[in-house]
Amino acid sequence: MQFLDFEKPLEELYAQISKMRELGEKNKMDVRASVRELELAVEKTREELYNNLTPWQRVQLSRHPERPYTLFYIDQMCSGFTELFGDRQVADDKAMVGGMATIEGLPVMIIGQQKGVNTKQRQYRNFGMANPEGYRKALRLMKLAEKFQRPIITLIDTPGAYPGLEAEERGQGEAIARNLFEMVNLRVPVICVIIGEGASGGALGIGIGDRVAMMENTWYTVISPENCSTILWRSWDYKVQAAEQLHLTSTDMSRFGLVDDVLPEPRGGAHAAPEEMAKTLKTYLLRNIEELSKMNPDERIAKRIEKFSNMGFYQEHAEIDMNYQPEPEVKEVKEHKRHGRKRKSE
Amino acid sequence: MDRFDTQLLYGQTWYADSMPTLPSRTMSSTWFRRIKQGITTTTGEKKETPDGLWFKCPECKETVTQQELKANDFVCPKCDYHTRINAKEYFSFLFDEGQYTELFSEIGPKDELHFVDVKPYSSRIQEAQLNTGLLDSMTVGAGKVGGQPMVIACMNFNFIGGSMGSVMGEKISRGIDYAIEHRMSFMIISKSGGARMMESAFSLMQMAKTSAKLTLLAKAGLPYISLCTDPTTGGVTASFAMLGDINIAEPKALIGFAGPRVIKETIKKDLPEGFQRSEFLLEHGFLDFIVHRKELKNRLAEVCSWFLGQAA
Ligand SMILES: [Zn+2]
Repeated sequence: MQFLDFEKPLEELYAQISKMRELGEKNKMDVRASVRELELAVEKTREELYNNLTPWQRVQLSRHPERPYTLFYIDQMCSGFTELFGDRQVADDKAMVGGMATIEGLPVMIIGQQKGVNTKQRQYRNFGMANPEGYRKALRLMKLAEKFQRPIITLIDTPGAYPGLEAEERGQGEAIARNLFEMVNLRVPVICVIIGEGASGGALGIGIGDRVAMMENTWYTVISPENCSTILWRSWDYKVQAAEQLHLTSTDMSRFGLVDDVLPEPRGGAHAAPEEMAKTLKTYLLRNIEELSKMNPDERIAKRIEKFSNMGFYQEHAEIDMNYQPEPEVKEVKEHKRHGRKRKSE
Repeated sequence: MDRFDTQLLYGQTWYADSMPTLPSRTMSSTWFRRIKQGITTTTGEKKETPDGLWFKCPECKETVTQQELKANDFVCPKCDYHTRINAKEYFSFLFDEGQYTELFSEIGPKDELHFVDVKPYSSRIQEAQLNTGLLDSMTVGAGKVGGQPMVIACMNFNFIGGSMGSVMGEKISRGIDYAIEHRMSFMIISKSGGARMMESAFSLMQMAKTSAKLTLLAKAGLPYISLCTDPTTGGVTASFAMLGDINIAEPKALIGFAGPRVIKETIKKDLPEGFQRSEFLLEHGFLDFIVHRKELKNRLAEVCSWFLGQAA
């Protein structure tokens, strides 16, 4: 078991329990009562910790090294899976997987970013950062599904699209843009679920669906808290504040109407009970595919367009406040920027 | 690197996203801001001359007068550098006789998230509004370009780096509705650091929103022209800027998804000369052509006439 920094109290309790057991064995003592007491403390601590997760803690859970990834869910939910490779143009992108699958007898196309489970795998999967060919492969599979009228499921888990030299040469921007445009008009049901990290355009590139859901402890927004911190605060130290300001949790995103549903996670996160999480996901997918299948394609597309068209906040009749006095701290910020110093107070 | 250094320093996310305070430092904005009547409150150094204001080219460092520059469609007469201009300037030479109707001019930003970093987003908005006289980073105009009816949505880089927030998305969205209703060609002039972080996921979703609306324009059989100017990066590139029936660009514009600095840090190598410039994109097949600003109007009229004109 790997513990995150905020899970230290739990780690200590678990350590005490094993120490207690060891002690009991060594001295032939009955430690059951003490162990039971510690176990109760574990339960209480878990409840306190996981019922009051901060946005940053949720970001941490979304990146937990033991968190299940796309291929795990496919394996758990599907009775058959034929993985399909390649974008038919340049290469096969290992950070983006997909293929023909069957869930409870229902043929579907499942596509998603894939992160590696160990150091070697993480490199092989490019940390879940797809290149343009990944997005083009995803689109190819979606078009295939459309042709044979199979619903499409995308599982999103990426720290971003890969910012590499070749990625730019081969049109990373164009590849993502094309997916947005084409996904809007897919004539089959499309369900997208954020299962880990939902970072910006790299996530959205497979994220246009009739239903977009987030697992409880995932994040989805325009930039990672770390990068937001470096740009706006000019320092790495404000990721926690950035996570709060960005309102990137499933709770906020659903409150804003930017995602349709939130899938509850087992206490402690998806990795605490991966099979249970897979069941929750499967139930959600089956229920929504059934619902969406009742609509005709034109109706679904119209609703999809309407949903995304309504996103945004603005004033209909705005005016410039000519009497506005710039904030006094502005100069300090500029000063700070010019010298590239870290800002410690705020 | 070159003149983009400041921008790249402050403008990067994974995707070269928005650059919060940069514009007031960039070359053309200072004096354009000053020539705006009435609403100027910035305390830039005043270098007025009897015949107007001086412009020092950031490329060749030569100095010319404002009139000379304007007469040359805001392209440096000495070295052909295309200065960073805003909607008002583009519209002045694109629309016939400079005549156009501004659309949706009252839509303005709202700080729904109450976003605060070192400064509240609401203050950033108000400061930018005072400095530019604009409500947000996009202006939409409708009129005729060489006799061809067009709706043009143009970004204002001087407003928080031309960053894409909800207002930009909504104005593009309504601009498309307007083009469909009046059977007009639609163009977006991009000049943006990308998504506006202070609107968080709402800014991200503008990529989805605008792409969705563009499918309606396509179904209506109306042309969409994307003009990429310096710079076009981040979420703008990963959505409508790359979705034109034709994608065109001004010479030497920086166009990319990730910013050069991020890429450099990622691959830990120097980037080749001209990387992510218009000419590079043309070479790699992502632009239909590059157009000099002085020829822009004629080329637009030509393609719009090809798209929608009556066959002889
Ligand atoms: Zn020059």
